Amino acid sequence: MVSLSQNLLHAAFFLYLAATVLFAGAIKDKRAKSKEAGPNKWGKLAILITLIGFASQLGYFITRWIAGGHAPVSNMFEFTTFFGMSLVGAFIVIYFIYQTPFLGVFTMPVALLLIAFASMFPNDISPLIPALQSEWLYIHVTTAAIGQAVLAVSFAAGVLYLVKDIDQTKPSKRTFWLEAVMYGLVVTLGFIIISSVFSAMDYKAEFNWIDKGDQQVKVEYNMPALTGPHKGELLTEGKFDPLVEMPAIINAKKLNTVIWSFIVGSILYALIRLILRKRIGAAIQPLVKKISLDLVDEIGYRSVLIGFPIFTLGALIFAMIWAQIAWTRFWGWDPKEVWALITFLFYAAFLHLRLSKGWHGEKSAWLAVIGFAIIMFNLVAVNLILAGLHSYAG
Amino acid sequence: MLKNVKCECGHVNPHGTIFCESCGKILEESEKDKKLIDMRYEGSARRSQTYNKTIIDKIWNFFSSVKVGVWLIVVTLVASAIGTIFPQEMYIPPLMPASEYYEDQYGFFGKLYYQLGFHNLYSSWWYLILIASIGVSLIICSLDRVVPLYRALKVQRVTRHEGFLQRQRLFGVSQGDKLEDSYEKVKEKLKAKRYHVREEDGNILAEKGRFSRWGPYVNHVGLIIFLIGGMLRFVPGMYVDKVLWVREGETKVIPETDGEYYLKSNRFILEVYDKDKDNEVFGDAIDRAGMVAKNYQSNVTLYKKKGDTVPGEKPELEKVKDFPIRVNEPLKFENFALYQSTYKLDELNKMTFALSEKQTNQEFGTVTVDLYDPKEKFDLGNGYSVEIVSYFPDFEFDENGEPVTKSRIPNNPAFVFKMNTPDKPDGEVSFVAIKQTIEPFGDNTYKMAFKGIETKNVSGLTVRKDLTLWIIALGGLVFMIGVIQGAYWNHRRIWIRRVNNEVWVAGHTNKNWHGLKREIGGVLEGTGINEPVDQVQEKQEK
Repeated sequence: MVSLSQNLLHAAFFLYLAATVLFAGAIKDKRAKSKEAGPNKWGKLAILITLIGFASQLGYFITRWIAGGHAPVSNMFEFTTFFGMSLVGAFIVIYFIYQTPFLGVFTMPVALLLIAFASMFPNDISPLIPALQSEWLYIHVTTAAIGQAVLAVSFAAGVLYLVKDIDQTKPSKRTFWLEAVMYGLVVTLGFIIISSVFSAMDYKAEFNWIDKGDQQVKVEYNMPALTGPHKGELLTEGKFDPLVEMPAIINAKKLNTVIWSFIVGSILYALIRLILRKRIGAAIQPLVKKISLDLVDEIGYRSVLIGFPIFTLGALIFAMIWAQIAWTRFWGWDPKEVWALITFLFYAAFLHLRLSKGWHGEKSAWLAVIGFAIIMFNLVAVNLILAGLHSYAG
Repeated sequence: MLKNVKCECGHVNPHGTIFCESCGKILEESEKDKKLIDMRYEGSARRSQTYNKTIIDKIWNFFSSVKVGVWLIVVTLVASAIGTIFPQEMYIPPLMPASEYYEDQYGFFGKLYYQLGFHNLYSSWWYLILIASIGVSLIICSLDRVVPLYRALKVQRVTRHEGFLQRQRLFGVSQGDKLEDSYEKVKEKLKAKRYHVREEDGNILAEKGRFSRWGPYVNHVGLIIFLIGGMLRFVPGMYVDKVLWVREGETKVIPETDGEYYLKSNRFILEVYDKDKDNEVFGDAIDRAGMVAKNYQSNVTLYKKKGDTVPGEKPELEKVKDFPIRVNEPLKFENFALYQSTYKLDELNKMTFALSEKQTNQEFGTVTVDLYDPKEKFDLGNGYSVEIVSYFPDFEFDENGEPVTKSRIPNNPAFVFKMNTPDKPDGEVSFVAIKQTIEPFGDNTYKMAFKGIETKNVSGLTVRKDLTLWIIALGGLVFMIGVIQGAYWNHRRIWIRRVNNEVWVAGHTNKNWHGLKREIGGVLEGTGINEPVDQVQEKQEK
């Protein structure tokens, strides 16, 4: 059952990848000129493949649920995978409202990155600790993830808007920040590549080191150590000795992973720029030539409007109900709670700026990008860096 | 009061109205040059836009501004984020005072964090003021807008002024020679799409989803209720947060129940996942983590006091129920809930010693000391007896070398025993602690030989009463209703007016223009009336 589940997930991943290519083909197709005709052959095939991929991932979800006896949303791997699936689901819904293949070109890669990112974490089915043994686990986590996924569609629409709208003929602050977004996506890819490479090589280097409390502890690196732990002593023979040693309060292993991701991401980015000979934003701009900015803006706004209530319900209200049951209080200023509140406040500000200050179009698109950055921060940084009740051992 | 404005249609508008509430004729000179009118609050006269003289006006205007509201949100957002950089004081381990902890753990930045008071950010006065300001802003913003908006939507008439229609985002003109049949068809289709259709002199106003306009105000009311609920926590008696430690076999009064309720712990259970017994798919995860907790459970019995008792008298207890308190499954009674929060395993409960002669190791009977309630004297028969002269449950030597106890918890019990035997009628004194024995008056013939211990588990239960919960829940519910009402429905209006020999069509929605356009397209299809043009898009494409 577990291996069937993993296979279904792999199948879903490759189907999404194929769908992305087809979506790109659909909007490049010269015959797709007339607006009224709806999606062309490529677009129809692409959405069909997306649907099959989604069904396959749903299969992964259900089989894993059966195998583990609880909904697979209880650790970093499972949650992020579910987030990716919800994003695809949200995209499918929006697709059928607006019949827009171009949205797929920007949403599906984000979903692919999320699922690939998820698979960098241990994918064991973990037993539930007492606090998680509640039906609220499913209710709270899935609703929150679906809310975030719908909000993430607004990010895809925002990037699409910016790619189309920003003048790429001369460098400016706007081209810089759009490139920063692209660079961020490439660094994520860098993380995925380098983690996979070293994990395929089965790289393991063990260190003894001295922690904050002056205790000697062991740590295993899965990438060559650029930043070594405090007073680290390499135990595994023939492995790379650290270049610099970190003080005890810094988690040298995580920092090392971050540095590797940036190195690989930067090389990758430099290569892409060398090949393209222009900014990534400029390179994909011709793809989106025929798209109506107004429609993209509306899709972005619509997804915030749809996602915001779902997010509030899942990440705040259901969260509070469960916190009252499991942790005796509905609110306790745990970092994850605070970041859910921050996300809520941010999108509340977004809606007010849009409704009352007329922040449409480009400003709204930038806000959608920032909002997604906050969501990702809440997913990655809060779980892995800031300690708290929600932290998944990373 | 400044003068009201009477429109040519006869409607009297309050001072400050931008376009007539009833017919839509533009009253504000500066608006007449604009190609499109700002429909946000139906051009109604908002107090904040009209008066700015007294101090009350100024305060009102300050808090009614969305700009101020957004700034309050953004400042709160940034402040909240700062509070997550290092753990808040309530989450740091109780190893050392906070003043040392932050510097010790996080160096200079930790010290700074502590000095700026960020270790208690969420209960700081300035954070609470921020939240309170958001509350005030919510109330004033909503009142400033909802009252005039309600008026304007209530008095709007079917026949709108030409200038109003022309300046709508969706607007179109058709030549109307043979359109009589089409008119009926349009009305039918509008009704089929669940529009509320009103007619006046052959003009049409079709409207639906007006209630979605109230969504924002409903959700603001929900937030205000929520904040009031949060404030009520500080009212005495509304909120209880206590910890109750209870050992297996022990019965204790539940704090804050006025001595009405008692709790007995029958057993505390800790279970961990077992690779061999539990679902085999967990194997890898258990190997990775080492040990994974499966269950924390306190089997308890709840008692209620029977009748009145004089203080000091032992109360008579009546059993209410047996209950297994588990994480996620608190025991509830009246307004209280008892939660499984923490535990201590194997706390010392009883210690057993044997009175024995040192040389022969011959034993003359054993004594079992209840570490929570030690007996003073144990008679072992045949002239042998043991007295406990002193007892230190949590023993250490103070700076003068005197034995003292740190607490009442038997973490490190020590005793001064007096051993009375037939051959030593004056008794021998021995100081006995874990792994050490001191004989203060020289060598003894007898000793207290350690025989064994009995331990018990202790449950740490949180005693919670929160009478604000229903208000908080109500606030949350109202907020969700408002947010869904505002987000998932749209207020759409379609005006059809006959001007001379033409048919004018205009449309407005508060959001989702794409949907409105599609709907109008469907309604007008095959009627000979042209679809209105999106004047915003038209401008962009030029």
